Amino acid sequence: MSNAALGLSLLALAALAALPFLDTGFWLALAINVAQYAVLATAWAMFSGPTRYVSLATAAFFGIGAYTVAVLGEALPWPLVLLVAGVIGAVMSLLVGFATLRLSGVYFVVFTFGLAELVRQLVTWFEVNVTRSMGRYVFVEISQAQILWQLLALFGALLALGTWLARSRLGFALRVIGEDETVARHVGIDTARAKVALFALSSVFMALVGAVMAPRWTYLDPAIAFNPSISFTVLIMALLGGTRSLLGPLLGVVPLAMLFEVLTARFPNHFSILVGVVFLLVVYALPQGVSGLLARLRRGAVA
Amino acid sequence: MSAALGTDPSPLLRVEGLRRAFGGLVAVDGLSFSIRPGEILGLLGPNGSGKTTALNLISGVLAPDAGRVVLEGREVAGLPAHRLSRLGIARTFQLVRVLPGLSLEENVVAGLAFGRDPAWGTEARARAAALLERVGLGGRAAQPASVLTYGDQKRLELARALALSPRLLLLDEWLAGLNPTELRGGIDLIASLRDEGCTVLMVEHVMDAIRALADRCVVMNAGRSIAEGPPAEVLAERAVIQAYLGEDDA
Amino acid sequence: MEAAAATIVTGFVLGGMYALVAIGLTLQYGVARIMNLAYGEFVVAAAFAALWLFTSLGVSPLLGLVLVMPLAFLANWALYRVFLTPLVRRAPDAGALETDSILATFGLLFVVQGVMLAIFGGAYQSYSYLSVPVQVLGATITANRLVALAFAAVIGGGLWFLLAHTRMGTAVRAVAVNPAAAPLVGIDMARTAALAFAVGGAVVAAGGVLVSTFLTFNAAMGMVFTMKALVVVIMGGVGNLMGCLVAGLLLGLTETLVASFVDPGLTLAATYGLFLLVLILRPAGLFGVAAR
Repeated sequence: MSNAALGLSLLALAALAALPFLDTGFWLALAINVAQYAVLATAWAMFSGPTRYVSLATAAFFGIGAYTVAVLGEALPWPLVLLVAGVIGAVMSLLVGFATLRLSGVYFVVFTFGLAELVRQLVTWFEVNVTRSMGRYVFVEISQAQILWQLLALFGALLALGTWLARSRLGFALRVIGEDETVARHVGIDTARAKVALFALSSVFMALVGAVMAPRWTYLDPAIAFNPSISFTVLIMALLGGTRSLLGPLLGVVPLAMLFEVLTARFPNHFSILVGVVFLLVVYALPQGVSGLLARLRRGAVA
Repeated sequence: MSAALGTDPSPLLRVEGLRRAFGGLVAVDGLSFSIRPGEILGLLGPNGSGKTTALNLISGVLAPDAGRVVLEGREVAGLPAHRLSRLGIARTFQLVRVLPGLSLEENVVAGLAFGRDPAWGTEARARAAALLERVGLGGRAAQPASVLTYGDQKRLELARALALSPRLLLLDEWLAGLNPTELRGGIDLIASLRDEGCTVLMVEHVMDAIRALADRCVVMNAGRSIAEGPPAEVLAERAVIQAYLGEDDA
Repeated sequence: MEAAAATIVTGFVLGGMYALVAIGLTLQYGVARIMNLAYGEFVVAAAFAALWLFTSLGVSPLLGLVLVMPLAFLANWALYRVFLTPLVRRAPDAGALETDSILATFGLLFVVQGVMLAIFGGAYQSYSYLSVPVQVLGATITANRLVALAFAAVIGGGLWFLLAHTRMGTAVRAVAVNPAAAPLVGIDMARTAALAFAVGGAVVAAGGVLVSTFLTFNAAMGMVFTMKALVVVIMGGVGNLMGCLVAGLLLGLTETLVASFVDPGLTLAATYGLFLLVLILRPAGLFGVAAR
């Protein structure tokens, strides 16, 4: 993204921050929902786009962030809680990354596939056997408006990071890895380290979104925090939007967040089937996502 | 060991007793040779004799089961490919590998950005332009690599390898599949690299190129070295002819 | 002593089930090159089919096998032909097919799971079939577990025989070992892949039916089955039936030991623990055939 585009995007985010002064009901709730998925899907695409490693573990990082707030929300000042959530997310991603990212992509997919469930079981086990309390009330003084502002700030930070990355040596290394990993190694790129670094960056943002969103629930237990459908929703949004440009995922987030809002309200019992069908349509009809389609159309118009 | 050093006072690369098996198949079986600085060494042998495996062992694609690889006195066997690249071992691939989604300039910058003498930004672009010029692709920096002809892909791959400022350049059948004009150009290009003092290990089937370029040859068969010396002598040896023609009761 | 013996026998039975389920997956992934994340959903679907046959029609699960397996074969064959062949056609290389199949079957997972939730609800289900205690090696376990193990052994053994001793089986093994060279010796790749996928599907259905005789299950359990089967396949080496058997038994034993002596809530952690060990010590699998 160019400096001008980044500047415009940041301005747009700043303008959106005024929304809570206009409406505190439906539109604020919708904006929070869109903003959370915007950060999650963009963070997902930042790693999975260039490396082509499909991460199915968004829910694990989101959940660990949210649960950190449930545990520490009252004990520490809010910025410190966020810091801890980010650090835990980073540590978890480094463990997963070092175990799997030096090997072929399949190991990574398999490992992330069950990760949310694993962490949920471990947290449950810990709560039952050590703290002897299942489920916690979230008592923190964070308003809905503040949640939106934090999400917008996270999104702004993510866009700035993405812009920097595109010009940095690390970002370039990842593009080379995405093109041909063997070549990447033979031009001196430590491919495992580059992938782990990016995976950690992306995971920290996911954990932070979980932490920021936690006050929206008044009560949290592991089953709520580690809801696997988040991994799924984020994946489909990023795929629909396309992962080739920084703002690509956003093209999937906005329509799908709204669609899912409607679907949950009208077909609560068949939600999973409908979302699965939407997912399959995206995979079959738009393998490059909307932004890939747009790029193809543009190229077609030029040619 | 000191005896081996004695025969060859200061080799750039010394390979000793290199061995690698895949399951029951021993692809490289006790291979030893050395390369002097500034020389072009041809690595020959019939298909399946273990040449590419030997290159893969030297460039870090594979780790040897046994044996040593010594680069300028330093043991490097088993190091991962990215470490070896940074130590100055660059290579091309038997099946040419360019980065099709990137421009020609970016392809070369990939070799510049992470290597022994890294460059980034304006400096990298300037050096990339010079390297593209060097291999005969000057002025085409902005084109995508996906539009290149086969011969030009080979040139681009060489530019990327040279971008690493290699101490040792490994060419895996870099001249294979070129048409006669391209072949002549390719041979001239490698000759000019030698004139600049570049050390090259080339696996090659094009015998004209070997005769024109190589100072010495090592011939492999069934994972071992069966002959070593100047090309004209080596190619006349009975064992070498037999290995290539797969002859009688040998 | 009695407890330990019971644990080992139970772990052995569970491991046998994992091995059978993983054998189906290794056929689908190793031969058809489809990384099927909806795999566990089909285990659960077969379990529900057995439950329904038993409670509504009074058909015993063993007779149910005879009905469910051919049905699953046909369903999976159709699934491959209609649903996955387009992906195989459009994929420029193996990596792209892997990614596409991961995404497509991930979507399928939620569809199948949603359908099962809509029909059967989210509650845990079980039924009582042959749950009479028997003595084995000093341990008391229910007869249904033994029967399940015996049938798993017969199905696994039969499959091994077919692969080792028939023309079609040889083709399937050839594709697993070298997909690039198989067409050169006249093997019809599309047909072999569809067949392997369908046979894999039939095997997994058998696993689901057998498991349903002694485990409680619900519509949301599929992911855990998939996870375990994947870990067993990677541990055993992709495409390696013997590897599946050994790795499956190892996982079953480990899990049962952890559940009995540590905490039943940590079984998935035990799976991951084993997986991590393999990744660190032997990433190419216990028998050294690398996963692709």
